Amino acid sequence: MSADSGSGVAGSGDARGVEAGTIGAGSGTGARRYRTLRRFARHRLALIGLVSIVILVLACAFGPLLLPYNDIHIDLRHRFQAPLEGPHLFGSDQLGRDLLARLLMAGRISLTVGFVAMILSTAVGVVIGTVAGFYGGWVSSVLMRFVDAVLCFPTIFLLLTLAAMISPDLVTITLIIALTAWMEVARVVEAQIRALRERDFAVAVEAIGASDSYLMFRELLPNAMAPIVVAATLNVARAILLESYVSYLGYGIQPPTPSWGNMLNNAQEYLTTAPWLALLPGAIITIAVTGFNFVGDGLRDALDPRMDLER
Amino acid sequence: MVSYALQRLGQSIILLVLVSMIGFAVLHLAPGGPLAQFAMSPGMSVAQMQRIAHQMGLDQPLPIQYGVWAGHILVGDWGHSYRDNQPVLTVIASHLGATLELMVASTLIAVFLGTWVGVLGAIRRYSLADYLATIGAMIALSIPTFWFGLVVIYIFAVRLEWLPAGNIATAGTDALLDRAIHLILPSAVLALVTVATWSRYMRASMLEVISQDYVRTARAKGLSRGRVLIHHALRNALLPMITVAGLQLPTLLGGALVTETVFTWPGMGRLFLDSLGYRDYPMVMGLLMFTAVLVLLGNFLADLLYLVADPRIRLR
Repeated sequence: MSADSGSGVAGSGDARGVEAGTIGAGSGTGARRYRTLRRFARHRLALIGLVSIVILVLACAFGPLLLPYNDIHIDLRHRFQAPLEGPHLFGSDQLGRDLLARLLMAGRISLTVGFVAMILSTAVGVVIGTVAGFYGGWVSSVLMRFVDAVLCFPTIFLLLTLAAMISPDLVTITLIIALTAWMEVARVVEAQIRALRERDFAVAVEAIGASDSYLMFRELLPNAMAPIVVAATLNVARAILLESYVSYLGYGIQPPTPSWGNMLNNAQEYLTTAPWLALLPGAIITIAVTGFNFVGDGLRDALDPRMDLER
Repeated sequence: MVSYALQRLGQSIILLVLVSMIGFAVLHLAPGGPLAQFAMSPGMSVAQMQRIAHQMGLDQPLPIQYGVWAGHILVGDWGHSYRDNQPVLTVIASHLGATLELMVASTLIAVFLGTWVGVLGAIRRYSLADYLATIGAMIALSIPTFWFGLVVIYIFAVRLEWLPAGNIATAGTDALLDRAIHLILPSAVLALVTVATWSRYMRASMLEVISQDYVRTARAKGLSRGRVLIHHALRNALLPMITVAGLQLPTLLGGALVTETVFTWPGMGRLFLDSLGYRDYPMVMGLLMFTAVLVLLGNFLADLLYLVADPRIRLR
């Protein structure tokens, strides 16, 4: 991330950079002080996000190797052990399985699903968006109306319907999550390519006789990378969240394979006696998703050239 | 204005056709297609399956099947539930009220709270409060709804014992107060995401408006800051929010599904999950189509409303 960028806010029109001084922006110096703080903090947020993701990934990758328990070890003498009150650091569940070990193993599954679904959905979105933006006309109409139509379905309803019709395993769940998450990328890419296509360099490349695919994927697409990277990062957050929803509702990753979502699956019935079973997995999901959202937001600010105008 | 409205209607109808095609495709994606339910029952012979397939018109070419299916959908014949043989639309209608109650309550919370937070963020831009609201909104968008539900149940129902942990009302009572008390937690949970989104858009919209010439003019002619903010700025900043409200519908419906599950709320979302559990495909498909049509209709109405509300567009 480049230094000192960004005072914009996710999805808002701040980039136009109009000072709000016209109507009460507080006292001048105070506002300026907080603005610096804010800019500083925005970086901090992206950084905090990045650090927490790296820690989570490393912990999930190597943590299980260091723990005294594995995630399927059943220890009936230590059922429902509260965190910090016995041999299990994060407590244990109804079968006496170590919660920390399960959280880390579940993290491997949930993070993998998130990353792979992001790659697939971004690829699909990029291809559809590029083709639609490049050819315009009826090609664009058909493809983009199709995007609009898919977006009419509330994602969770669509996801659950598809999940209930297939035999849920790691691969199929990842595929259907990707299938319900490519539309935003397609929209972003379509708008970018459509605008880039009119630019002089694109016309020049076309004039020297480059093929359509060369122009699309070698000339135009690299120029649209910034918003794609941002959308892809936010898509990881989205995919992790979606996986947790379907798995929590029982149609995602199936036990005994742990995922962050399915660990919460029957936690509600133990909410009175063993609240940590519900609280800890959800907190981890929130940390992971927030991390990716912070990074995505920081990238948006860092990669947006309009931000430079504001200083 | 009329031509724009008609144009928008035309787009919506095209979208409706596409939505129905996707729904039809999903229906046939099911293992065994619409026959799956019969294939599961024991003692079914191949000949019997073929006869049922013929009765259901499944031996016809796909375009004809789609035409027949779409025709039935259009005239309100959405099939019958496998579970109790009730017409799908009747069952949906009986669950619609509870979901609407939840959605309306949470939207009210979101609009009031979100508008307030957004306006404050815009007029006190870059203040500590604005900064905290920004971070808060981003975290709120990252919390899984169902987990937030469990957390508030743990705090307010299990620990403090202030509020009920679920259901739409205490069994056997019909008091209004009782229903309102049951509504507090689920509507607050459902409002989490919408408050965050609404406040962000509200802030951006307000920032755009307060930099306009007419706001400066109003200030220059001596009107008080508060009056300009409320009468000139806020009213105009709220206009584009009509569209935002329409765009929020899919999120709201999806959130309602999860919230209803956590709080055992007898709405469409619970109905959908129960139907999934029973492999009640006509109900599942009916609800999937119903929510999509609801979203489509909501967006169309939002656009029309915007047209009526904003004279600048009306006159174009």
